[in-house]
Amino acid sequence: MAATDTQHLGLRSLVTPEGVPVRLELGDRGERAGAFLIDLMIMVLCLIGTWLVIGFGALFVLGGDLAMALVIMISFFVRSFYFMAFELRWQGQTAGKRLLGLRVVDRRGGALAPSAIAARNMMREVEVFIPLSILLFPYQDSIGGLFTLLCLLWLGIFTLMPLFNRDRMRVGDMIAGTWVVSGRKFELKRDLVSATTIPRGFRQKAPEQITATYTFTPAQLDVYGITELQVLETVLRAPDNATTRATIDEVWRRIRDKTEWKGDGPIDAYRFLNDYYTALRAHLEQHMLFGDRRTDKHAMEQRRATKAPSPDQSKT
Amino acid sequence: MASGDLIKSYRFRAEREQNWRDLEGLIERAEKRGLRSLPPEEILRIPTLYRACMSSLSVARSISLDANLLDYLEGLATRAYFTIYGVRAGLGGMLGKFFALDFPAAVRKTRLHSSASAFLLFLGIAAGWSITASNPDWFYAFISADMAGGRTPEATRAELEATIFEAVSWHDALITFAAFLFSNNAGVAMLCFALGAIFGIPVVLLLLFNGMLLGAMCAVFAGQDLTVGFLGWLSIHGTTELLAIILCGGAGFYLGGGIISPGRRSRLAALADRGRTAAVVVMGAVVMLFVAAILEGLGRQLIQETWLRFAIGGVMLTFWLTYFARSGVDRGGN
Repeated sequence: MAATDTQHLGLRSLVTPEGVPVRLELGDRGERAGAFLIDLMIMVLCLIGTWLVIGFGALFVLGGDLAMALVIMISFFVRSFYFMAFELRWQGQTAGKRLLGLRVVDRRGGALAPSAIAARNMMREVEVFIPLSILLFPYQDSIGGLFTLLCLLWLGIFTLMPLFNRDRMRVGDMIAGTWVVSGRKFELKRDLVSATTIPRGFRQKAPEQITATYTFTPAQLDVYGITELQVLETVLRAPDNATTRATIDEVWRRIRDKTEWKGDGPIDAYRFLNDYYTALRAHLEQHMLFGDRRTDKHAMEQRRATKAPSPDQSKT
Repeated sequence: MASGDLIKSYRFRAEREQNWRDLEGLIERAEKRGLRSLPPEEILRIPTLYRACMSSLSVARSISLDANLLDYLEGLATRAYFTIYGVRAGLGGMLGKFFALDFPAAVRKTRLHSSASAFLLFLGIAAGWSITASNPDWFYAFISADMAGGRTPEATRAELEATIFEAVSWHDALITFAAFLFSNNAGVAMLCFALGAIFGIPVVLLLLFNGMLLGAMCAVFAGQDLTVGFLGWLSIHGTTELLAIILCGGAGFYLGGGIISPGRRSRLAALADRGRTAAVVVMGAVVMLFVAAILEGLGRQLIQETWLRFAIGGVMLTFWLTYFARSGVDRGGN
């Protein structure tokens, strides 16, 4: 597979049985580390809680040996099966992952196989738990600086593994064939193209009254591409505050200059931009329908330069 | 221009938005409380809404430039996909399939590697035995004095005999011992898997060392002419336990082999396949070790006859081997 731009951004896709590729966003490495630390904290708290409860139990009810057996078993189960049990039950999520909106998915799609969950979590023992416990609880006094250094190196290689591959996989993910993806939810906001601002030049059939305050010629729409359209969208969707108002003012001026738009009277900058957005989107979508995907303003500049070189298009 | 209508993507959204919102609501609830918590008539709506959403996504990608709309649909489609195709059978069905099909199949798949692992373990036993037999001092190279629990080359015949035939009363210590043994063995089993990822080399050492440990112990009992009694004592749980360890070693080699020579596919794809198969073997082995711990903790103390101990060990071994060979094999064809 070629390394395209989207791959570097951490976007992956899976093809559904319907044949539609759905988009996956790889989990952020920092968030994954955070989720792991949360889980580790929960594990430690669970263990301390168990020890306390059983310790008291040993005093009153259980015998000392039985209590010891329980402690051994519970500690073993928490250490070995905490991640597996959660990921099995919550379909690829642990408490930490759920808090940070991460989940484990099968690289081949479909349901996450229990064997994949077992494989990726058994690796944690070698990846983290063993070097960590050697560092925290040195086994013998004879363990010297060199040994500690080797442990640190070991821990470093495994924990930094997600930094060294594009798919942000740790060794457990490689062995199990899994990705950790971010399950970010997007809210559907209102369409900026509202019926009241359909620009002139598009014949209207909608019953609503359509009043575009500002209108633009095709030449004025030809200067920008999809990138600029979507930047404009984020500006228009930004929450209303002083910074946004300043940005809107700035963007309005820039677009007016670039398109050489001429109009008089007082200007409502937001309205102007919203109308320009509507007109530009209609324009670009129309071209896209005919197979002409206009990526950005540079592409448009190049196109003008090759078609008809004109001296007055240098401003940006 | 062509249609001269309202903007296409605007109309497109207006016509379908309600469906998307409905699907989103259903998915939201399914994610929180599980798909089964929804009433039947709502579950029935999901496939239709899902397909509509998928087709909307395809259309939106080609006609709309509204970034927010595209993000929303991509996110919704992905969530819906996992809600629908991510469901698995319940725990019961999963366990049933695991023991009836997956585990024996995975064991059959890794049998060559398990043979290698068995070879190494027995090599270790032979080495430990012969070394300790020729010079008893070597015993302490494999086992520390407190770990041996009195079963040292210096012990008398009577002392050794007591360790294998003395009936231990129902004592808490027994439970502690079994618990410790199980968690220790199961920990080692899973470690075998993980170490397999480091080209399998540590697995070789692990197998050899554990074999030597056992061999050294054998030599101590053989020195006092107690070989048969000791092997009987060992076999009651040992057949299950050693088999599990051999399988785990084999799983480690299988995984390591995938890194060294992935075959015709990419290393990553081969690894993912092998990792899962090996994981199935190890999970099954953990269950076997649990059985072994029960046999050891309970059966061994209750049963004092050497022949009965051998019989139980033999029956367990036959059971496991038959199970691995036959379970889930399609007898109809081929």
